[in-house]
Amino acid sequence: MTDPTRGILVSAWVIARKDLAIEFRTRSAFLSAIVFTLLSIVVFFFAWDPTAVGPLDLAPGVLWVTFTFSGMLGLHRAFAVEARDGAMDALLLAPVPRESIFLGKLLANLAFVLGVQTVALPAVSLFYNLPLGAAALPIAGVLVLASIGLVSVGTLFAGMTANTRMTELLLPVLALPFFIPVVIPAAQSTADLLAGRPLADVFVWLRILLAFDLVFLFACTVAFPFTLED
Amino acid sequence: MTALVHATALVRTFGTRRAVDDLSFSLDAGDCLALFGPNGAGKTTALRLLAGLLKPSSGTATIDGIALPATTARVRVGLISHRVMLYDALTARENLRFTAALYGLAAPEDAVQRALEALRVADRADVPVRALSRGLQQRVAIARAIVHTPDVLLCDEPYTGLDEQGGVALTALLRERREAGAALIVVTHNLQEGLALATQAAIMRNGRFVRHEPSAGVDPLRYAAEYRDLVA
Repeated sequence: MTDPTRGILVSAWVIARKDLAIEFRTRSAFLSAIVFTLLSIVVFFFAWDPTAVGPLDLAPGVLWVTFTFSGMLGLHRAFAVEARDGAMDALLLAPVPRESIFLGKLLANLAFVLGVQTVALPAVSLFYNLPLGAAALPIAGVLVLASIGLVSVGTLFAGMTANTRMTELLLPVLALPFFIPVVIPAAQSTADLLAGRPLADVFVWLRILLAFDLVFLFACTVAFPFTLED
Repeated sequence: MTALVHATALVRTFGTRRAVDDLSFSLDAGDCLALFGPNGAGKTTALRLLAGLLKPSSGTATIDGIALPATTARVRVGLISHRVMLYDALTARENLRFTAALYGLAAPEDAVQRALEALRVADRADVPVRALSRGLQQRVAIARAIVHTPDVLLCDEPYTGLDEQGGVALTALLRERREAGAALIVVTHNLQEGLALATQAAIMRNGRFVRHEPSAGVDPLRYAAEYRDLVA
């Protein structure tokens, strides 16, 4: 017999696990995102004039521009797997709260984006000869905080645009303006940490990231069920 | 006594078009409604309303007295669509395990195995769905729809793509579910097949029932002739 009163988080984990299993099986979006990320870093590197701009000034921008666009590839994938063969109907019919669908997709997207970042951060460090050292752990914290914000907004818009004819175009057009308040503090705090400034100096940026995460995680979770209305 | 499926004056509009127009009927446990009609008559929209996948523009649909789309109503519904609603990168077993997990089944592996065996697809259960033929995918889709033993089974052209063996397995399964007390709604273009299963038969046209009656004693040949006249 079924237990329809199970929690939102349990259902979200079931959905995230399924999405990750599909991505692990196909690896199509993840490999595409990794290749895109590495190519972007290479292009930025060869377009860089080291005599005009120092690596510490350029690298944070390269890092966050690359993350922002490579994350889009994962966000597209999140609902594309549901659209094919009408699997979304089976998900909507299941006795799980709509919010858990959003949180499940968000968890899978977060794993996707963090996976891409674990490859991209060392690559940027290598190309720009950055002294990660003691800054590695705080930068990892910034990556996680910023990713939660990006993925919250991105997952909502990916759900909204999934059934539109121009989803590949609409998703970045809708989501990118909302990414700006995340990318600015993320890039600033990354620059400060790479420059060897103490953690206390970046707290103001981290607080902005945390506030964005809390507000948009809550707002997007609440708003998501309305995007499923016909 | 509360009907297992109850629709009251269901209306669903898309823009100015009324896809479902004032649909009312009841099904008790063990009832089966065979729903016939030409393409665009509103049959699929009616099923989507009864699954809680669409909100009615007006009217209500209830499952055992609980208004859709409440979770406690949806948990009792199974839907077989003409789309397979499966993840093609996962195996048949993984697809069913996922459904069993979403429904929080107490013994998921047993339920998955039972459903796969009922549709005679257990021997291909560990093959990715994308590697299965359309007919085998349809069998897996049906197994997915029944893995939680729903009290209400909505079937939208369920015989699509099935070979003779699959059709026999599906008919046996639908009979078994009906005898176990489930209520069924079967949308099909095959009048003989539908009437053989049904306790009620209805013909839809332009979103409405133009004919709705108990199917006992209905002569399939005469019904087919009258159906052709009604939808012509």
